[in-house]
Amino acid sequence: MAQVQLRNVVKKYGALEVVHAINLEIADNEFVVLVGPSGCGKSTTLRMIAGLEDISGGAVLIGDRVVNDLPPRERNISMVFQNYALYPHMTVRQNLGFSLKIAKHSQPEIDKAVDEAAEILSLTPLLDRKPGALSGGQRQRVAMGRAIVRHPDVFLFDEPLSNLDAKLRTQMRVEIKKLHQKVTSTIVYVTHDQIEAMTLADRIVIMKDGYIEQVGTPLEVFENPVNTFVATFIGSPPMNLLDGVIEGGQVVLADGTRIPVPPACHGREGQAVQFGVRADNIMPEGHALPPGAHMAGVEMTVNLTEPLGTETLLFAELAGTEVQAKMLNPRPVRAGERMVFQITLDKCHLFDAETGLTLKG
Amino acid sequence: MASNLTHRNRRRTLKAMHFVGLLLAMMVLCVPGLWVVLNSFRPTVEIMAKPPVWIPNELNLDHYRAMFGGVGEGGVPILTYFRNSLVISVTSTVIALLVGMGGGYAFARYRFRFKGAIFVGLMATRAVPGVALSLPLFIIFARVGIIDTHFGMILAYVAMNVPFTIWLIDGFFRQVPPELAEAAEIDGCTRWQAFWRVEFPVARSGIASAGIFAFLTSWNEYALASQLTRSVTSKTMPVGLLDFTSEFTLNWGGMCALAVLMIIPALILTFLVQKHLIAGLTFGGVKG
Repeated sequence: MAQVQLRNVVKKYGALEVVHAINLEIADNEFVVLVGPSGCGKSTTLRMIAGLEDISGGAVLIGDRVVNDLPPRERNISMVFQNYALYPHMTVRQNLGFSLKIAKHSQPEIDKAVDEAAEILSLTPLLDRKPGALSGGQRQRVAMGRAIVRHPDVFLFDEPLSNLDAKLRTQMRVEIKKLHQKVTSTIVYVTHDQIEAMTLADRIVIMKDGYIEQVGTPLEVFENPVNTFVATFIGSPPMNLLDGVIEGGQVVLADGTRIPVPPACHGREGQAVQFGVRADNIMPEGHALPPGAHMAGVEMTVNLTEPLGTETLLFAELAGTEVQAKMLNPRPVRAGERMVFQITLDKCHLFDAETGLTLKG
Repeated sequence: MASNLTHRNRRRTLKAMHFVGLLLAMMVLCVPGLWVVLNSFRPTVEIMAKPPVWIPNELNLDHYRAMFGGVGEGGVPILTYFRNSLVISVTSTVIALLVGMGGGYAFARYRFRFKGAIFVGLMATRAVPGVALSLPLFIIFARVGIIDTHFGMILAYVAMNVPFTIWLIDGFFRQVPPELAEAAEIDGCTRWQAFWRVEFPVARSGIASAGIFAFLTSWNEYALASQLTRSVTSKTMPVGLLDFTSEFTLNWGGMCALAVLMIIPALILTFLVQKHLIAGLTFGGVKG
């Protein structure tokens, strides 16, 4: 087991730089998720750690070794691919034991390790099948089994769940989390799905356009996003952002609506800002959590509703922007109905309109 | 009920027509071959009979006996021709496969300058008919002194087959996802091991079919061989067929017997390798 460090790591394809001098330290046994929209450089970063892509600048360390110029086989890592990459001409048993066979372990040793891994992932009845005769979820488990057989220093996962249907994805998410508890090890996991990131990670690394935007625990990045990108990327539904200007301690929206500047936020008089509030923190009066210390009321017209059972999502309009709000203990709402909403200011954010950076804290 | 019945009848009629169509097509394809086999067992009188005798009256092995018999008794150095054909075809196929694997893999996996142009260039060489090349080849081979040698024939056939094997094998390697080799490298393989232990077995069916095509091309080739071989030391079986023609006669029976001997190894090889020809081996390795 080992920690992983990225020091000013750069990736260039010719003149095109796709990863810009990123720094990241991953502790021993930590589960780190790299998340971001497609093309943000997260998979490239993972492949540089794996040794499948050359590193154009900086250094990657696994344990205490700089591994920049080591081929993948000398890095003691294992990887689960998005398309599983099982060897189609080998049985599940041969797939699982392949790495040990290459490393010239004795047959009894290989059998023992394979049986152990098969036991952990409930693959024992499938050992003599070929990958073609397995379902998607089973192939996924074989791919994970192939990774754990070798007891590597670091596990790398490249969007391992994106080929599964929604139900299986939830199930495998739980299995991966259990696996991490069983075979305590350092894991670097790449996904574009922020829910996967939130549920699995010890720490989340949010990337965009080859830069790291924010690193933190799931709650940190959810509650204290450093900029509007993180604010809208993490959390579902995404945070509502309303354009406004600070005037006399209040945010004045385009239609003249005034909302007090949230506590702990600071902005200059006359500064153009974006007011950020999550659906959970803007609720219709009478259908909200007990009010907190700092509340503000606004009146909005509801355009659309999405009943989800225990709660209903309300799509309303405020100052020309669509705002999603949550209604607890829902009652039917007509489109076009005007309602008064309560905003929990303590949980709200203020971002600079130009830079997108947070003005909180 | 009634509409069900008409529907079923129409389906049956269609099926029957389908069957008859296939039968006709198969007959067109097979009759010449069967005719050759049949003629190799019949006396010359019957072969030459007009109108043709469809049902043979007498079958014997005379033509085969004569062929293996001594010179002057209608015999030809059949074993030497067979050996020449085998050596030339097998060697040129093996070389064409090795070059084809290297080239096909490179085209499928790597990016390099002028890749498209080189590929089109390779394919363009296939557009030139072999006969058109026979005279220039003859002159060059004669100058270099490799006319009428196994080496010369192998060289010509390798050149003829390589573009084709590259093209075919490139297609098969394209179907093998690059992640397989990457997974193998992470599992501890060198680049070379990843190729031989994972990518090669997965693309095996494609390579086998490229091999069969290359072998059959060399085995059956006549036009070039008839120009570039002179004597018993290098004549292949198709060229050997000409030994049955003389100034005034054509020994059809002998020719047919030799043709049958030529067909047999090709048939055996095709049967041996046909299970590899079934595609779809890569299924299941990656997402289904």
